[in-house]
Amino acid sequence: MSKFSLITKGLLKENPTFVLVLGMCPTLATTTSAMNGLEMGLATMFVLILSNIVISLIAPVVPDKVHIPVYIVVIATFVTVLQLLMQAFTPAVYKTLGLFIPLIVVNCIILGRAEAFANKNGVWDSALDGIGIGIGFTLSLTVIGIVREILGSGAIFGWKFITGDGMLAFVMAPGAFIVLGYLMVLFNKIAKK
Amino acid sequence: MEILLIIISAIFVNNIVLAQFLGICPFLGVSNKLSTASGMSLAVCFVITLATVVTYLINKFLLVPFGLTFLQTIAFILVIAALVQTVEIVLKKVSPSLYQALGIFLPLITTNCAVLGVAINVVTKEFTFGGTAHLMGLGEATIYAFATSLGYGLAMILFAGIREHLAMNEVPKAFRGLPIALISVGIMALAFLGFSGIV
Repeated sequence: MSKFSLITKGLLKENPTFVLVLGMCPTLATTTSAMNGLEMGLATMFVLILSNIVISLIAPVVPDKVHIPVYIVVIATFVTVLQLLMQAFTPAVYKTLGLFIPLIVVNCIILGRAEAFANKNGVWDSALDGIGIGIGFTLSLTVIGIVREILGSGAIFGWKFITGDGMLAFVMAPGAFIVLGYLMVLFNKIAKK
Repeated sequence: MEILLIIISAIFVNNIVLAQFLGICPFLGVSNKLSTASGMSLAVCFVITLATVVTYLINKFLLVPFGLTFLQTIAFILVIAALVQTVEIVLKKVSPSLYQALGIFLPLITTNCAVLGVAINVVTKEFTFGGTAHLMGLGEATIYAFATSLGYGLAMILFAGIREHLAMNEVPKAFRGLPIALISVGIMALAFLGFSGIV
C-alpha cells in the first residue's frame, strides 16, 4: 500500500464513522456544533497517532496473551496526557467535551487500529495510518456537526445566519441519531455505487 | 423521595443511551434479536452496578487520599477490565447456567463505554436530586448505577422489539441496516424527550 493511500483511505474506503461504524458514542454526543465535532475529532486523532506509534514499537515484545490489557494501558496513558494538556491549555474545550475525553480510552477506533494495523506494521506506517483514520474521523464529526448546527441553531462554526432559534431537536439527542442516519444513507449512495 | 427521583431520572429522563449517548456500539450491535438484547442488558446491569461500587470505593479510599485523581482514567479502566474477567471466572464456577445465558456478552462489556462513563460520572459530576448539588454518596451512587443500567436494558429491549419488526419490512436499499436503525433510535429518543418535564 502506498504511503499516500494510507492517509487517504480514512476518508472514503475505511471511513471510521460511515463505513467501519466505530466510535459511535463521541460521534453522536459531541457533534452539537461544527466546532465541537472538530475538537473532538482532533482530540481523538492525537491519542490515535501516539498510541499507534507506541503500540507498533512494543508489539513485537508484548506476549500475545496480555496484549489487550497492555494496549489499553498505553491508550489510557495518552488519554491522561491529553486530559492534563487540555485542562492546562484549553480548559473551555475540556469542559464542553466533558466526559467524552476520558472516554476516548474505550473508543473502539483506537483499540481497533492497534489490533488491525499497528501491531503488524512499522512505526512510520502506523503513524500515517493514525493520521489517515484520524482525519477521516475528524472530517466525519465536523460534517455531522455542521449539519446539526445549521438545522439546530441556524449557524455555521458559530456564525449565525438566521435570527431566532433553529430546530432545537437537532441539537438535542434525537437529532444526532437522525442526522447520522441520513448522512449514512447519503454516504451509501455516493460511495458504494 | 430523593431515591425515587434518582431512579426516574436515570431510567427515563437521562436515559443512558437515548440522552447521554453511552454504550451505543453494543446497543446497535446486539439489538438484532430480542433474546440477545435481553442477555446483554442483564450482563450490563450486573457489571455497571458492580463496577460503580468498586471504582467508587477505590476512588474514595485510594486515589483521593493519596492525591492520585489524575490516574482516574487508567485506574478505572483497569479495574473494570479485571472485574469483568473476575465476574466471568466466578460465574463460570458458581452459576454455569447464568454464565451460559450471558455467554459472549461478558467479555464485550469491558469496551462498553457505559460502564466507564457511569463510573467516572458518579465520582466527578455533581447531581441535584431535589436538594442542592452534591457529589453522590455510596448508597446514592449504587442506586444511580443500578437505575441507569435498568434504563440501558429498557432502551435495548424496546429497540430490539422495533428492530425485529423492521427486519420484516421492505426498506429502501440505501437505508438498509444501520441507517434505518439509527433513524428509528432517533424517533425513540424524540419520544423519550417527552419525559424531560418530570424531574
